[in-house]
Amino acid sequence: MAVLVNSNTRLITQGITGSAGAFHTRGCKAYGTNVVGGVTPGKGGQLFDDSVPIFDTVADAVKSTGANASMIFVPPPFAADAIMEAADAGIGVIVCITEGIPANDMVRAWRYLQGKNAAGANLRLIGPNCPGIITPGQCKIGIMPGHIHTPGRIGVVSRSGTLTYEAVGQLSAVGLGQSTCIGIGGDPVIGTNHTDALRLFNDDPDTDAVIMIGEIGGSAEEEACAWAKDHMKKPIIGFIAGATAPPGRRMGHAGAIISGGQGRAEDKYAAMESAGVHIVRSPAEMGRRMKEVLGR
Amino acid sequence: MKLHEYQAKDLLRRHGVPVPPGKAAKTVDEAVAVATELGGNFWVVKAQVHAGGRGKGRFKEVVGPEVLEAVLAGAADVPGKGGVQLCKSIDAVKAAAETMLGNTLVTKQTGAEGVKVKTIFITTGASIARELYAAILLDRQKSRLVLMASTEGGTEIEEVAEKHPEAIQKVWADPVTGLGDWQAREMAFKLGLTGKSFGPAVALFKKLYEAYLATDASMLEINPLVVTPEGDVVALDAKMVIDDNATFRQKEIVSWYDSGEDDPAEVEAAAYNLNFVKLDGTIGCMVNGAGLAMATMDIIKFYGGEPANFLDVGGGANKDQVKAALQIITKDPAVKAILVNIFGGIMRCDVIAEGVIAAVKETGLAVPLVVRLAGTNVELGKKMLAESGLAITPADGLADAAEKVVAAASGR
Repeated sequence: MAVLVNSNTRLITQGITGSAGAFHTRGCKAYGTNVVGGVTPGKGGQLFDDSVPIFDTVADAVKSTGANASMIFVPPPFAADAIMEAADAGIGVIVCITEGIPANDMVRAWRYLQGKNAAGANLRLIGPNCPGIITPGQCKIGIMPGHIHTPGRIGVVSRSGTLTYEAVGQLSAVGLGQSTCIGIGGDPVIGTNHTDALRLFNDDPDTDAVIMIGEIGGSAEEEACAWAKDHMKKPIIGFIAGATAPPGRRMGHAGAIISGGQGRAEDKYAAMESAGVHIVRSPAEMGRRMKEVLGR
Repeated sequence: MKLHEYQAKDLLRRHGVPVPPGKAAKTVDEAVAVATELGGNFWVVKAQVHAGGRGKGRFKEVVGPEVLEAVLAGAADVPGKGGVQLCKSIDAVKAAAETMLGNTLVTKQTGAEGVKVKTIFITTGASIARELYAAILLDRQKSRLVLMASTEGGTEIEEVAEKHPEAIQKVWADPVTGLGDWQAREMAFKLGLTGKSFGPAVALFKKLYEAYLATDASMLEINPLVVTPEGDVVALDAKMVIDDNATFRQKEIVSWYDSGEDDPAEVEAAAYNLNFVKLDGTIGCMVNGAGLAMATMDIIKFYGGEPANFLDVGGGANKDQVKAALQIITKDPAVKAILVNIFGGIMRCDVIAEGVIAAVKETGLAVPLVVRLAGTNVELGKKMLAESGLAITPADGLADAAEKVVAAASGR
């Protein structure tokens, strides 16, 4: 089962002929993801790598291939539009890897998805500015190195890419595999947030526990903890990146900034503690702590 | 990207938001000419720096060290003249310009080094019946833009939020329809803006929202927003930040950017597309990925060290970027040891190793260098470092790396 993506996922890549889109489509394919098509406006009818059909529009791709997931590598000025195109075509899992989308564009795209969902659709956006999502051994959508993952029963949710790899590497090293790893992205406006991911893992019979990696900025971790306090039935190991970051400076990610006294790591750790999350203050302890908590 | 007050006010004026007349000046003569042209018998001269706390700031070249200490400590009453001066004659404007231009303003936010003032803004005052606060910003929880206003103008909004949360009013704009007339009216009513100032206030709120969108702002703050005895509503101060992700379509505004207050190392790093933030510690860091870069800083601190910087080389850095990153870190005289921490995904460990070796061979290595590699092509990367014959300390895992670099920085 796992979460959101599995061996039944049929993936298309939006921006398949761009250099990043092409490179990572090959990576996903090599991992075993069922890549059924790609979209590059104006190149419809051609084949990518002599095997993957390219379409002019997402709607065409869905009609011909039955795609149910999309991976977006469209450049920042056009990426929000690509998200809306995928939503309009009814793609259920939209994974936007693109970094650098203007926040105001994302506000509009997100509103568009909300409108669709309010009207009965069941669409989910992951990202933007994220590494993607992987269910080890079944389906990889994104830029993460597949080989560090092992199939198993731990869910991972994180705003950051390489820090997710770090957590996965530690889990695999202590012999704990992963059910699904979701990189939700480092931007201020994202689709799936920490709360959504915890909900999914809580309901997933194939997940026993979750590693939740937050970052300074915003209050998404606090909201997730407020939810977890009353609803989460599975143990969570929590780490917040940026405890040493100075206020007012953007730490790489557009969303990672402490402003107006909000978004501090200490407040997020406090929220985690009050929700019963097992916190680690050293990012080297995520895997070991998980093993300890599970008593394995 | 932060704008100066005069730049923000130019943009607001273009979008129909009432601001008091004023102009920027770079020399004392220009300042006098601007004041003469503005006319009247009252002017405000304001130093144009990005840092806040200008009014209570003092100039390094003018006051003694004990006064600067008081400024940095955030004292309420500091003797001398600051970065915002009220002038009742052209001579006073001239004197204010002479105090400010070319001198170094120290405010609570600039730290002890202060900032050199290159531009000043001369504006007429406004008579004030009420001081309010208004801002447009992104509400991350709702993923919508919010018009936030308060009756407690002139005070920092964080302080109002703490002491008088009931004074803060919010309405959220639907991006499909924009900020509705009814929402702007609701805000005006909530702030008690009735009578003559009602119409102008409603118009101003709508124009603030339009200006925010048109300029791709990520923050637009008017504090204070002033109601005059005549009922006019005027933006007396303006703070504006432009979304760094939208600079590709805001070329004109980007061309105004004043990098004078940025750390030179940060400017250099930006030229190589590196995310670099200078900090005060002794351990230089080079990491791939923003989250891991923050976590690396955290673990250095966890083991008793202090990071000298945040540096994210990004997901697909090449040899030259890695080399540049190491050279930028090494230039900081405070750095006593360096930690390179790479978890290769797209980024290949052999590319990192190549860059590290090239940088060390070219510029030498004055401080200990600890390298931790993991992920894609890790074995090849480790082998290249080991065979390079350079004095590089390899580390396995995050904790080992942090322990080794903290020990190296403290001379152990």
